[in-house]
Amino acid sequence: MATASLEVTDLACRRGGRRVFERLSFALGGGALLALTGPNGSGKTTLLRALAGLGRAEAGTIAWRDADIAWLGHLDGLKGDLTVFENIDVAERLRGAAPERARIDGALASFDLTALAARPVRTLSAGQRRRAALARVAASRANAWLLDEPFNALDAASQESLRTVLARHLGEGGLAIAATHVPLDIAGGRTLELGT
Amino acid sequence: MTAFAALFQRDLRLVLRRPGDVAVVLAFFVVATTLFPLGIGPEANLLARIAGGVLWSAALFAALLSLDRLFAADHEDGALDLLLLAPGALELAVLAKCAAHWIVTGLPLAVLAPLLGAAFGLDGRSLGAVALTLLVGTPTLSLIGGLAAALTLGARKSGALLALLALPLCVPTLIFGAGAIEAVATGEGFTVHIAILAALALMAVATLPWAVAAALRQAGE
Repeated sequence: MATASLEVTDLACRRGGRRVFERLSFALGGGALLALTGPNGSGKTTLLRALAGLGRAEAGTIAWRDADIAWLGHLDGLKGDLTVFENIDVAERLRGAAPERARIDGALASFDLTALAARPVRTLSAGQRRRAALARVAASRANAWLLDEPFNALDAASQESLRTVLARHLGEGGLAIAATHVPLDIAGGRTLELGT
Repeated sequence: MTAFAALFQRDLRLVLRRPGDVAVVLAFFVVATTLFPLGIGPEANLLARIAGGVLWSAALFAALLSLDRLFAADHEDGALDLLLLAPGALELAVLAKCAAHWIVTGLPLAVLAPLLGAAFGLDGRSLGAVALTLLVGTPTLSLIGGLAAALTLGARKSGALLALLALPLCVPTLIFGAGAIEAVATGEGFTVHIAILAALALMAVATLPWAVAAALRQAGE
């Protein structure tokens, strides 16, 4: 996996006609984890979407190098009428990658979803859907993960599974940025508090 | 091309898992079309004269019925973000979705229309023209509807807005589609009409995916 890096300089973003943050600068390299924290409305999702290229920055620059981004938004991005496996498989194909069965199975196992792989997503609980969306990210070979509230609806065991998967991703040289209200508790992780 | 095929197959699979959505569109087409002979009465000449316009108008409304969900479902469940972030061209993704829409809407309408045309007393040649014009013309409706669906994404009363935006743009296709059927019924050739319908379809394929992609990017922000 190639190592991704990110350099953000003097970034400012608006949402709903209001400037949510300005003069934001930070840099991240391979193996780095950044937790975006702050109260509701402080701009965590706005920043994450701008970093992904889904939102527009008002000022400043976002410079990715060698990045292959996997995205988990506030919404899961799963199709209810497809099975968990089909959702992950098609997501990989949409990314232009050839899905690897072993890798998908590994990701499903990491989030205790093996028994649910053939179930349509619409039959799953909110927590199970979130785990399926996380498994989609983990199954990708992307080196930069952008996660919006990844702990949403997860029980304690699933939160631990996510920490384990995140730590493994970072250990492989991956980069991750997560907007979260839940402490990540992963060694080496940095925190950027917005709205202060 | 892999991403194009993946999205095309995904959308077809989603429709197959919910066949009721397509069935409603086709049922609307059947009901709307058969109301005319019932309302106007059994005057064969009059029915044959209006058949082209009725079949094409009903097909247009039926196609529009299903178009408001073309991108709305992806917008609501977050899958649109994945499409916007996919490394392939978004324009190709738009084409894949419109092609899948045509397969499950335009194509069945073209197959069904000659059967309904018989209720209007159309002869064999005219029925063939009905099928051919819809085959050539409905891809344009899917693409124009796709543009309207993308522009109205997230809007309140998006269905009504979509119709207001799409219907005027569909008028040329409607005129030449219905005109071709009338031309055949009156013994004239319809080659020019078909050529114009094909040209409109090619123009739509060549230009509209870019406009739809731009509208989707705007909606994603």
